[in-house]
Amino acid sequence: MSNKEPLFSAKNLKLLSGPLNLNNPVTVQVLGVCSALAVTVQLKPAVVMAISVIVVTAFSNLVISLLRNTIPNRIRIIVQLVVIAALVILVDQILKAFVYDVSKQLSVFVGLIITNCILMGRLEAFAMANKPWQSFVDGIGNGLGYGAILVIVSFFRELLGSGTIWGYQIIEKTGLYDLGYSNNGMFILPPMALIIIGVIIWIQRSRKRELIEKS
Amino acid sequence: MKALRRYLDKIKPNFEKGGRFQKLQSTFDAFETFLFVPNKVTKHGAHIRDSIDLKRTMSFVIMALVPALLFGIWNTGYQHFLSQGTDASFWETIWFGIVKVLPIVIVAYVTGLGVEFIFAQVRHHEVNEGFLVSGMLIPLVMPPDVPLWMVAVSTIFAVIIGKEVFGGTGMNILNPALLARAFLFFAYPAEMSGDKVWIAEKADAFSGATPLAEAAAGHMDKVPDAWSMFIGTIPGSIGETSTLAILLGGIFLIATGIGSWRIMLSVFTGGLAMGFLLNATAVTPYMEIPPYYHLIMGGFAFGAVFMATDPVTAAQTSMGKYIYGFLIGIFAVIIRVFNPAYPEGMMLSILLMNVFAPLIDHYVVQANIRRRLNRIKIKKA
Repeated sequence: MSNKEPLFSAKNLKLLSGPLNLNNPVTVQVLGVCSALAVTVQLKPAVVMAISVIVVTAFSNLVISLLRNTIPNRIRIIVQLVVIAALVILVDQILKAFVYDVSKQLSVFVGLIITNCILMGRLEAFAMANKPWQSFVDGIGNGLGYGAILVIVSFFRELLGSGTIWGYQIIEKTGLYDLGYSNNGMFILPPMALIIIGVIIWIQRSRKRELIEKS
Repeated sequence: MKALRRYLDKIKPNFEKGGRFQKLQSTFDAFETFLFVPNKVTKHGAHIRDSIDLKRTMSFVIMALVPALLFGIWNTGYQHFLSQGTDASFWETIWFGIVKVLPIVIVAYVTGLGVEFIFAQVRHHEVNEGFLVSGMLIPLVMPPDVPLWMVAVSTIFAVIIGKEVFGGTGMNILNPALLARAFLFFAYPAEMSGDKVWIAEKADAFSGATPLAEAAAGHMDKVPDAWSMFIGTIPGSIGETSTLAILLGGIFLIATGIGSWRIMLSVFTGGLAMGFLLNATAVTPYMEIPPYYHLIMGGFAFGAVFMATDPVTAAQTSMGKYIYGFLIGIFAVIIRVFNPAYPEGMMLSILLMNVFAPLIDHYVVQANIRRRLNRIKIKKA
């Protein structure tokens, strides 16, 4: 790392903020949608999933970036996978040890982080060609971008589908049920997650015109 | 009428470019063309123009829906008094039906048109007439006892997600009215299925299950006789019960050339064919019912006449229409008979085929191109 560049230079901060908006892995690159549909029924698992992905992307980017000059080009994919898999197993074990109930809810989807396209994409596109610190920041940024969408989607799905936020009966407290309101079962089903992501993409594109493709 | 015209002409400049209410131009335009035949003239190129535009087409469909609507109003009242066990005069029955059905119609129109107007203003285009028919179809496929706010929510969902995201009227993939019903079905199953919702303010002791639900549950003895299902004196969604009233509308649509007879015919043929097939290999009581029962039960006729023929979401080629309709009929009966979780297969079947309609058209067109190319080759050889 060059000593002249400060740790949080404008360029490095851009690595962090880019994936949150103009280069979001879910809404712009449309990666990792599968898990976004699966784990967003409630807020709590979604947040845990988001943190797990942030940790895995950040550290796998870091490790691969450190190794980038020694990895033979022909076997780089398998090396990347080994790093990711090791980190995912670590995360999985930690989740099982400390938040067992959430880990039960997430079931296979923690393990499936290994196959999450965002990870491979970042390793191939960024970590293989950049310095460790930048790669680490980029990993956190992309994890955050993914996590932000997860949290937004699961917030609406839990609020409208189950009437709760973080397991807390929020609709019941407002007394809407007595007025005839009932929970929307559609929000529990995966299609609604897809529709919410679609609406987020719609809003984002109508605000940021440069994202719209020329047809 | 003249006074109205004069008034419109007087306020018109306000809505044109540079006027005070320039932003509301499309709203004004919508009302003006609703009241008077538009006087716009094509200025470029040669166009064949018919006096029947989108608005007139839509009004014809609304007219075709009138018999089903009137019968639905009467039947809502009739079923209510039947379940209560009280005798009621004809006018009491009608009055009860109006009190129940009219709010649903109004809510569907107000919310749906509200969304349409907002989108038209934001996007600066004309208000399309597409919702005139959807707004009438939505109430007709709702149970009479549906809470009004659910009608509003599902209408908003259908118009935004089903239509506006694709670019508005004429661009949608799925039929908006059916989407509203499907949304309601999956979002609020308690209000859309079971035996509580099909009769308005039903007495508790009275079974209010639709013939479809009875059949799906295996209670073949409780399925009403064919005649009352044809006339429509059975519980069900507001507009779907009377096959007779729907057929009147269907004949009107075919006579005016608005509804495609190819689709209607092939949907009925498909349903009947599948019915025969199931009947011939019957292993469950549901499969043993006469094939024509499938056509008069539930929403089959309504779907065939008013939903499947939606010109936007149906197949466009003549051959494609036959395939599209036939598959709708087949899938509707299959879903009904083999999936007890979804007693009404018609809705899901039409939505499914809506998705496949462009694909069907594509292959029909490609086949035609290939056939013509072959003809050239044969001539050359």
